[in-house]
Amino acid sequence: MKKLHISTSINGDEAQFICAPDETLLDVLRDHLGLTGAKEGCGTGDCGACSVMLNGRLVCSCLVLAGETEGAEVETIEGMANGDDLHTLQRVFIEKAALQCGICTPGILVAARALLEKNPDPTDTEIRYWLAGNLCRCTGYDKIIKAVQAAAAEMRSV
Amino acid sequence: MRYVKPENLKDASALIGGEEGISRILAGGTDVLVQLKAEMVEPDLIVDVKHLDGMREIVAEDGGYRIGAAVSGAELGEHTGVKALWPGVVEAMELIGSTQVQGRATMVGNLCNGSPAADSVPAMVAADAVARIHGLAGERDIPVLDIPTGPGRTSLAKGDIITSVFLPARPDHASDAYLRFIPRTEMDIAVASAGVSLELDADGTCRAARVALGAVAPTVVLVEAAGAALVGTKLDDAAIAAMVQAAEATCNPISDKRGTVEYRTKTAGVLAKRATLIAYARAGGQK
Ligand SMILES: Cc1cc2nc3c(=O)[nH]c(=O)nc-3n(C[C@H](O)[C@H](O)[C@H](O)COP(=O)(O)OP(=O)(O)OC[C@H]3O[C@@H](n4cnc5c(N)ncnc54)[C@H](O)[C@@H]3O)c2cc1C
Ligand code: FES
Ligand code: FES
Repeated sequence: MKKLHISTSINGDEAQFICAPDETLLDVLRDHLGLTGAKEGCGTGDCGACSVMLNGRLVCSCLVLAGETEGAEVETIEGMANGDDLHTLQRVFIEKAALQCGICTPGILVAARALLEKNPDPTDTEIRYWLAGNLCRCTGYDKIIKAVQAAAAEMRSV
Repeated sequence: MRYVKPENLKDASALIGGEEGISRILAGGTDVLVQLKAEMVEPDLIVDVKHLDGMREIVAEDGGYRIGAAVSGAELGEHTGVKALWPGVVEAMELIGSTQVQGRATMVGNLCNGSPAADSVPAMVAADAVARIHGLAGERDIPVLDIPTGPGRTSLAKGDIITSVFLPARPDHASDAYLRFIPRTEMDIAVASAGVSLELDADGTCRAARVALGAVAPTVVLVEAAGAALVGTKLDDAAIAAMVQAAEATCNPISDKRGTVEYRTKTAGVLAKRATLIAYARAGGQK
């Protein structure tokens, strides 16, 4: 297979990588770039553990070919905290224990941030529908919804 | 496998036309990549078309809208003009998958993947949508209805690329609706579905009706007799019953873990009825 040479922007930094045409963005993030925050739960778009932003849209990185990201802007969970300063969502998830094993958490945080940017004051139902593509096998979701609401309230007040 | 981003449509068609192995056009990839991962379809050539001229645009045209083939569900849902004119088509597209899938999935990919349960297709068929195709011999327009030919199969020839879907203008007092039944509230494949588009006279009498069903036959079906049963009525009980009967009579589903033949048939009739009533109310009809 002829390799592709791709230039892209990841969390605001220029990134270059060489990949096989059948590698996904998730493969490249995890295996070539050492960005292992995005997880592979299913590889088929069902679990959302691999969620990233691609040109400002929430997507499953397991369903994006790495070759498609030439010239694109990719944002991953690694770009969410500002140095040691956690994003409000990250901090509130810890405070409210909205995670157990944590496998789903990076994807849920990226997805929740995208929701709050679009809708700073969502209802519980809106949060549940928005996160319907993010599966969690541990928490039963209630703590996640409550944490998103608490973070949203805090973010609205600043 | 090769991944290619051709410079123009002509090159794209020629590339696919000249490929001896398996080729796939890539839109949002939410079917193509799943099939690749599952080793169901392992293409030798993937041709990305999302960057080509007009593919990501929604343009007003002759009172209707031309929707580029690479417009995602999320982009379509944010377009107030299309949503106002064809709410049923937009709600059908928005039902597909999760927020993440919406960020990528396209109506055209949904159509060309050829699933009889594809959610946007009954709505597009009810809307009498027309696909514009760029092929080896140039450009042509084909009704969406004529594109699926069976599960996973379409009438498109090698080298054919859909560039846009046209949703036509509509008179006053006209609207549409789409409903599907799934056993969960999100992220599942339709057991049965119905798209209905209605045009009314100012007094609420139905002047034209198109009823399309999904997941109850090898392809999405347009049930002409169901539409005809509504025309000339104000959707009284007898007209609705005749419409449901025509819809049920057309059903030729499979039995599987999602539903038996009887269940799918009955559900399709119920959904056709409910979608009809929603479209009627949206069109300003009062019951
Ligand atoms: C988690 C998940 C949930 C889903 N839920 C639903 C659902 O609820 N309802 C539903 O109907 N579907 C669902 N799907 C299936 C899929 O998302 C849809 O069918 C989607 O609309 C496909 O669009 P795409 O742009 O991703 O297509 P692609 O995967 O890019 O392409 C699909 C097919 O269309 C062909 N194609 C694409 N563009 C063109 C073109 N311009 N011209 C000619 N051929 C073309 C491709 O070659 C391929 O054969 C789901 C998928 C996932 C992963
Ligand atoms: S790994 Fe991408 S959705 Fe599950
Ligand atoms: S915390 Fe374990 S999957 Fe969500």
